[in-house]
Amino acid sequence: MASALKLKNGVVLPLLGLMLIVTIIIASSVGAVSIPLATILGSAWSKTVGFTGSHVVGTGTKDFIIWQIRLPRVVLSMLVGASLAVAGVVTQGLFKNPMADPYIVGVSFGGGLGATVALLYGAALGFGEFLVPVAALLGALGATFLVYNLARTGGRVPVSTLILSGIAVGSFFSAIISLLMTVHGEDLQSVVFWLMGGMAARSWRHVGMVIPFIAVGFALAMAFSRELNVMVMGDERAYQLGVDIERAKKVLIVAVSLLAGAAVSVSGLIGFVGLIIPHVVRLVIGPDHRILLPCSALVGAIFLIFTDTLARTILAPAEIPVGIITALFGTPFFMYLLRTKRNSLA
Amino acid sequence: MKPILEVKDLSIEYGNRSVVSQMELSLKNGNFLAIVGPNGSGKTTLLRAISKVLKPKTGVIYVDGSDIAPLSRRSLARKVAVVPQESLTAFSFTALQVVMMGRTPHLSRWQTEGALDYDIAKDAMQMANCWHLRDRPINELSGGEKQRVIIAQALAQEPKLILLDEPTLHLDIGQQFEIMELLKRLSADGLSILAVLHDLNIAAYYADHLMLVKEGRIEAVGSPQEIVTENNIRRVFGITVEVKKHSLTGKPYIVFVV
Repeated sequence: MASALKLKNGVVLPLLGLMLIVTIIIASSVGAVSIPLATILGSAWSKTVGFTGSHVVGTGTKDFIIWQIRLPRVVLSMLVGASLAVAGVVTQGLFKNPMADPYIVGVSFGGGLGATVALLYGAALGFGEFLVPVAALLGALGATFLVYNLARTGGRVPVSTLILSGIAVGSFFSAIISLLMTVHGEDLQSVVFWLMGGMAARSWRHVGMVIPFIAVGFALAMAFSRELNVMVMGDERAYQLGVDIERAKKVLIVAVSLLAGAAVSVSGLIGFVGLIIPHVVRLVIGPDHRILLPCSALVGAIFLIFTDTLARTILAPAEIPVGIITALFGTPFFMYLLRTKRNSLA
Repeated sequence: MKPILEVKDLSIEYGNRSVVSQMELSLKNGNFLAIVGPNGSGKTTLLRAISKVLKPKTGVIYVDGSDIAPLSRRSLARKVAVVPQESLTAFSFTALQVVMMGRTPHLSRWQTEGALDYDIAKDAMQMANCWHLRDRPINELSGGEKQRVIIAQALAQEPKLILLDEPTLHLDIGQQFEIMELLKRLSADGLSILAVLHDLNIAAYYADHLMLVKEGRIEAVGSPQEIVTENNIRRVFGITVEVKKHSLTGKPYIVFVV
């Protein structure tokens, strides 16, 4: 296995990385104003390698569209997609259940509530814009903790109690979100649009805001990837194999909350990425979390860039929230999983 | 020589209910001790205390000379391996990946398994007669195959002592025989074995010593001949049996008297 792991790391990861770069370039060229690939590559060249040091490089309209409108949005989609996919992998390992994802288990709604509170009251309190991701993170942490303890029976988290407690916690948080929206009718539209999940009008500021959270979340998940493998065999077995499982769980819950919270805070509620991507990737490369995590991150990034590009082009110039597209893809997939894997998941 | 396992004055409670009281036991290096007794007599609880999954109320447990209470789980897992009755397998890890997990206590956080770990896993799987299953997903194996993979996982930890909790509970007699023969070979190779066994005849045939447990107390410890007696079985299990001597092995075996 040692060699198989190295082989997978050495071939699959660079391949996916290359696909990601190609996806980024293509997504930057597609849109209301079509920009030829050559222009994008030329602009990228002049921005980086060919930078001459002379003032104002790239002030043209196309350069502006590429660097200030499309690219931040593409990069943000990449980060959010990767976060959601990794959060999904970790949630599934943590709950020992391949049906879990931050959205289904209610964690995203916790993040949503935190972010809503921050959006509605943050300005009044006079905090900076970092308040939104921090509040989303705290909400996600609270929801994860709640769902985990509700769903656990005898050291295991069965699919039935998991989904039930996820629904309960998720509904509770979304009810509070609705209540807050009703009370603050004047800001309704912004909150509604944000909740549906989307990347419209996002800038480099948003990218900078979530990067620290996502980096820490991903690093924690990778550091505990071996523990995730062992945890899948059950809590007691993990103890017997020398893993301090209570500590691992705490770290991983924090990792999921960081990732899901960061994603929710900039893009609202985007469902099913955390369910579909880990499943598909696991089918292809197997369940070893040390390779599953980075591969899922890359595939999740590619998937969300792709769906977000669809979201802003199908009905252009109008835009569909990307959450609607992922749900359109994801719900049938979820139903398919429930039908076919029902027996093995009980 | 120093015993591999020493349990002194061990008492364990679940809530206020006493499950194990004042147990004393000592296992010599390389010996095979079987624990027998009725269900609910604290056998599994004893194993869980030795593997530090639960904390005793009083008493000290020494493994290889050191008290396990202050020991990290990692260091303990390098000395003691456990084979449970059944294992959870929600994801489709291959048998080899599962056995490789047995190397966990020997690897640091960012270390990947090397050639040495692979060789150890391979040896363990060959020993447990499951090397041919290495690429099969664990959740598609039969009960007996899965149990052999779990035993290989435990062996990959390179333990000095292996604890088994009714390892043949869900297996047919062919699979039981295979597992017990494997334990016999491991014991002959010098591994110390402490196993909870539910079948008295199997225990008497394979183990060096038997420990008879009832209601959390040790009733008797000794050779199979000393333990498997009509009197002991009436006293502990409350049934009347006839104990015979096996004509080939000389070991005692029980026959039910109807």
